[in-house]
Amino acid sequence: MDFFNNIDWSMLIKAFVVGGLICVIGQILIDKTKLTPARILVIFVTSGAILGGLGIYQKLINFAGAGASVPLTGFGNLLAKGAIEKVKSDGLIGAFTGGISAASAGITAAIVFGYIASLISKPKIKKQ
Amino acid sequence: MKPINTPKEYQEYVDKKTPNSPITRNCIYAFIVGGFICCIGQFIMEICKYRGLNTEISSTIVSIILIFISMFLTALNLFNKIGKFAGAGSLVPITGFANSIVSPAMEYKSEGYVMGVGAKMFTVAGPVLVYGISTSVLVGILYLIFNTQSITLV
Repeated sequence: MDFFNNIDWSMLIKAFVVGGLICVIGQILIDKTKLTPARILVIFVTSGAILGGLGIYQKLINFAGAGASVPLTGFGNLLAKGAIEKVKSDGLIGAFTGGISAASAGITAAIVFGYIASLISKPKIKKQ
Repeated sequence: MKPINTPKEYQEYVDKKTPNSPITRNCIYAFIVGGFICCIGQFIMEICKYRGLNTEISSTIVSIILIFISMFLTALNLFNKIGKFAGAGSLVPITGFANSIVSPAMEYKSEGYVMGVGAKMFTVAGPVLVYGISTSVLVGILYLIFNTQSITLV
């Protein structure tokens, strides 16, 4: 098939390894520090935004593709990158509009799908 | 058993009683599951590229599809089962963020659609958005002041 000849297999392996390693960092944080999942996610998104602001994270994305953009650090990077792009074009107001507009698709999708899931699901009684 | 007086003693007592989680095994599972999710993402990205879409739109499509898969698995109650052995492997990718919105939305349906579904959706995702967005605004303002992403110049 034409598609399978065009696919870049080395990128898939890089995405697997880099994505896996980022998750291992999270797992070590969970096991060693007893942080709650919510705090882990906050740490990841914040560090992603800081690394994105410094321009480091983009290099990782260029190297590993979805391996770096799918973890939540990639979401943080997207927010920071959006803010910087808008500051370049709009000035100060861009710092306020840029972040969310870059990440809008992910946030909206999660909210809408979450709402749909709650509409179609039956509230279940938890088994003790 | 000797009485516990200080917080330090209590901490030691808790440490003694909590079973050591097998960290090596957890890390291997997290690596495999997390890597696999990112691999699916990259595969979708390759399909988008093959269809001639640019990187920005491709990664948006990747996020939306992964969030949809995550919602689907959460609704079927499979996500919790994966999460139990994968730990951070399913938490750290965007699937974990999606699950943290979908799961309470379903669970708190009985408390009504506004204060139940609408409010409880953001118990975990809220903090993530607050800190993520605040950091991005800070990054934008710092960029405006210094007019550079300093590290890229090094």
